[in-house]
Amino acid sequence: MSGFFKSSIGRKVAMALSAFFLMFFLIIHLAVNITSLFSVELFNQLSHFMGTNPLIQLALQPVLIFGVVFHFVMGFVLEIKNKNARQISYAKNNGAANSTWISRNMIYSGLVILAFLVLHFIDFWFPEMKVKYIEGDMTGMIAGTQEFRYFDELQHKFLEPWRVGAYVLAFVFLALHLLHGFTSAFQSMGSTAGRKKALQTFGKIYAYAIPLGFIIIAVWHHFNHL
Amino acid sequence: MNLTLKIWRQKDSNTKGQMVDYKVNDISEHMSFLEMMDVLNEQLVNSGEEPVAFDHDCREGICGMCSLYINGEAHGPDRAITTCQLHMRMFKDGDTITIEPWRAKAFPVIKDLVVDRTAFERIQQAGGYISVNTSGNTQDANAIPISKHAADEAMDAAACIGCGACVATCKNSSAMLFVGAKVSQYALLPQGQIEAADRVRNMVEQMDAEGFGNCTNTGACEVECPKGISLDTIARMNRELMKANLK
Amino acid sequence: MSVLNSKVPKGSIKDKWTTYKDKIDLVNPANKRHIDVIVVGTGLAGGSAAATLAELGYNVKAFCYQDSPRRAHSIAAQGGINAAKNYQGDGDSTYRLFYDTVKGGDYRSREANVYRLAEVSANIIDQCVAQGVPFARDYGGLLDNRSFGGVLVSRTFYAKGQTGQQLLLGAYSAMNRQIARGKIQMYNRHEMLDVVKVDGKARGIIARDLITGKIERHSAHAVVIASGGYGNVYFLSTNAMGSNATAAWKIHKKGAFFANPCYTQIHPTCIPRSGDYQSKLTLMSESLRNDGRIWVPKNMDDVIAIREGRKKPTELSEDERDYYLERRYPAFGNLVPRDVASRAAKERCDAGYGVNATGEAVYLDFAAAIERYGKEQAKIHNIQNPSKEKITELGEAIVEAKYGNLFQMYEKIVDQNPYKTPMMIYPAVHYTMGGVWVDYNLMTTIPGCYCIGEANFSDHGANRLGASALMQGLADGYFVLPYTIGDYLSDDIRTGPIPTDTKEFDDVEKEVNDRINFFMNNKGTKSVDYFHKKLGKIMWDKAGMSRNAQGLKEAMAEIKAIREEFWKDVKVPGSANEMNPELEKAGRVADFLELGELFAKDALMREESCGGHFREESAEEDGPQKGEAKRDDKNFAFVAAWEHKGEPANAVLHKEELEFKDIELKQRSYK
Repeated sequence: MSGFFKSSIGRKVAMALSAFFLMFFLIIHLAVNITSLFSVELFNQLSHFMGTNPLIQLALQPVLIFGVVFHFVMGFVLEIKNKNARQISYAKNNGAANSTWISRNMIYSGLVILAFLVLHFIDFWFPEMKVKYIEGDMTGMIAGTQEFRYFDELQHKFLEPWRVGAYVLAFVFLALHLLHGFTSAFQSMGSTAGRKKALQTFGKIYAYAIPLGFIIIAVWHHFNHL
Repeated sequence: MNLTLKIWRQKDSNTKGQMVDYKVNDISEHMSFLEMMDVLNEQLVNSGEEPVAFDHDCREGICGMCSLYINGEAHGPDRAITTCQLHMRMFKDGDTITIEPWRAKAFPVIKDLVVDRTAFERIQQAGGYISVNTSGNTQDANAIPISKHAADEAMDAAACIGCGACVATCKNSSAMLFVGAKVSQYALLPQGQIEAADRVRNMVEQMDAEGFGNCTNTGACEVECPKGISLDTIARMNRELMKANLK
Repeated sequence: MSVLNSKVPKGSIKDKWTTYKDKIDLVNPANKRHIDVIVVGTGLAGGSAAATLAELGYNVKAFCYQDSPRRAHSIAAQGGINAAKNYQGDGDSTYRLFYDTVKGGDYRSREANVYRLAEVSANIIDQCVAQGVPFARDYGGLLDNRSFGGVLVSRTFYAKGQTGQQLLLGAYSAMNRQIARGKIQMYNRHEMLDVVKVDGKARGIIARDLITGKIERHSAHAVVIASGGYGNVYFLSTNAMGSNATAAWKIHKKGAFFANPCYTQIHPTCIPRSGDYQSKLTLMSESLRNDGRIWVPKNMDDVIAIREGRKKPTELSEDERDYYLERRYPAFGNLVPRDVASRAAKERCDAGYGVNATGEAVYLDFAAAIERYGKEQAKIHNIQNPSKEKITELGEAIVEAKYGNLFQMYEKIVDQNPYKTPMMIYPAVHYTMGGVWVDYNLMTTIPGCYCIGEANFSDHGANRLGASALMQGLADGYFVLPYTIGDYLSDDIRTGPIPTDTKEFDDVEKEVNDRINFFMNNKGTKSVDYFHKKLGKIMWDKAGMSRNAQGLKEAMAEIKAIREEFWKDVKVPGSANEMNPELEKAGRVADFLELGELFAKDALMREESCGGHFREESAEEDGPQKGEAKRDDKNFAFVAAWEHKGEPANAVLHKEELEFKDIELKQRSYK
């Protein structure tokens, strides 16, 4: 089995598996965030649960980080290997004749998403880690009050237009990445021809819906600051 | 019609090559692309120059010998054909046509537009067969009924002519459509089941060893394949390899 | 007595092969390891032979000029492979296949060989299915059959329109298995340029590495030539561009007799020529004649109108069409054998009824089949009173399922949609029944040198039936040669490896090098193709579908003259020590220029019409068969085997009389 993941197809499968995990995570993430549009309380409670539950924090979070890092590293490794498989490039190449731009440029949409993740971590994850594990404040409260800090922090971040713009742009690239990535992951896992049509349709819905959800959240909070 | 050709010229595998411009005149739209190349070569021979070497043989789209990356596409701008079936009616008077060899690390250039595709041979040798001796007393051909659906699907996969357009087209120079086709043909037939696990493992291992890239499911190979081999064959190969390793 | 000994075993025809196999000398497995066999050519015959010999334990060295054995031109065979399986229960049997093949070959083949071919045909299908060849199947999961020209049963197995491809890939896969085991050493992109004889026996070859230009010596205990036919002597044919006669011709020049060179098959259903630049002709499978009806307009006015583009063929009513095959041959109709169909097309076109600009095309029309299938499908799907459009739609779907790839190929080449307008077809050179003379063991007149597949003269007599070439190639390679070669090799178990540093190898290598050096240094003014095209035109005009003494004599003289000009004025660019396609062509055309003359000489000698060889002087003069070919069994029931004596014109004729004990010789009638 270890030989399998060293093979080209094994690597594809590993890419697909990590992609599945990340796509599942996106659903959860969106599901939690979307509550911020209609219930501050629910959003705060869910955030607190996610942020403090030991199972999520100590088991799932490291897995998630591993998944993200793995997907990126493997993506780069494969890109380098694949580039290497053609040492002299064509003088004239008409890629558009036979494939979509996005399918040929996953590495670039991936890079944009990576850049976004850096920003996103600086915005939310690093402060979280600092508060919880360096300062040791696991209460989730705004200092000196009995109010959860999560919703406030969220809204605060979307005050500045440049950040909202950056987020929206990143989500557009996420949509592009998913447009190819979703069906591609299934294809890599060997999905059968019979399910192709349904998967393509579902993949499209997913690829548009998830990023759109995030975009709405970002924009909504920008314009509906309490 | 009159055309300008930009053609890759390379003396042999050890020499650096470059693009060279040629002009050909009075090309009929009914000519095949390779007949146009014949005209060029006749012209070169008569003027004392070395003709352009290119692979070709049957000239009816089945042997898989002809290659050529024409204007940025494997087997040129038409679909579901090989270069030898490409006709000049696809081009216009005054066009400039860029003609390059297949490009892949696993397909080194031998001369001009001729590349070495023996990597495909070694992949087939690694397991592209059913181990049955010629004996004259194998069981009757109708002893195992095979559903028409499976037989037809196996035939569709078996239609691969081994030309290498999939590799040439793929941005990753991946050979998975070629290998997937062969794996699929045997996986779909009861005769191929017995060695299925070893076959897919060995063929994939050899494919990787040859230096082909990985598949990123762009689907370009399926579009450019002269025989319309489906991307589903790659999915089936992936499945077969997983199955082989989970056993 | 003739110097030719066919070595046909005694006994009744049904038992000959079985009894012979039982008594043949075998080589024990341990000794096979010490015996090398060279196989030149990797088509159905060579590929299957190489694989089977290697399975048996011999060390095989296989050679092909392409970059892979899989590209040999057997791959282009479309229609199918015959086998006497009688799966359709329509009365087929080994005897009937044997009978049809001998009759189809116009009684000019060797009975015992043909019976053996029919006998092993069923094994071929079993073998191929076991290898994973995806033959077409019906809904019950059993193998499907179609019918082919010249026979009254359905015995043809097929894999879409790519039967040759699938069978070759089967043989290739068997080869791959042996290459992986190290039992076959594969030499791709190598061309055999001569055979080496030691003490009169074939002991090796000289080959050129087509990438580096290096001349190599290869030795073996036996040499098998499976290099295909010589149809490219006509320049334009359905053969591959590289198909050549060099291997066969070189062994001929070293002592192998060449038999019946004039027997050429002109295939009736090819895409017509469109211009002088044409490099090859494309075959449309004969299976199309199952559903297509062949016609030309009845009235000359319509012919002219169509040529000038004023009328479309679809505008002509039934009455205005001449379905000439159905008219002349009511019993077989559009399914007459190839030679008959070809000559009938030529007859109409010579009379001026050709339907394209060159005047060399007839229609192959699917409209009737589309309608018939459409109505049938409407019934099956319970569609009441289907519209004309619906019928066409349903019918086209069936025709597409059967011939889709052929229709697509036609459309790509001609730029017309054959579902909507009839196809245009014209005969083209396709297969050569003649070839190197072999005995029952498939050995040539050089001891230790064998010849199999299309390269030998073998089983098809003067005309080959559809779907029989694949059968013969695989029969020879899988089931005949691997046994019969043991008879010869059993004497070689103590010989040990054949050294290549001997005078015999030196001499032949020098000959080969001299010839290459000549080409490189000649500095003439005309390209190789110039001569090849000239030769092809003479062959087509004077030794094509119909021949006469006057034309053949002219052909011999003209070919000789071209040959002399070739050796004076041919120009080969580049150098010998690199990949040089022009140099390869030069060598091949040099051989065609000799073969062509022998071809004409053979055709001139054979003053009868038989199969693919139609002598205008020998036609029925009256009666219902008026104008049809007239065979002369009294004077010409023999194989003409030619011995090389310097020049082709000086070749000496040896006759192998043909005896027909199990079949009564009859005038072929397809009326």
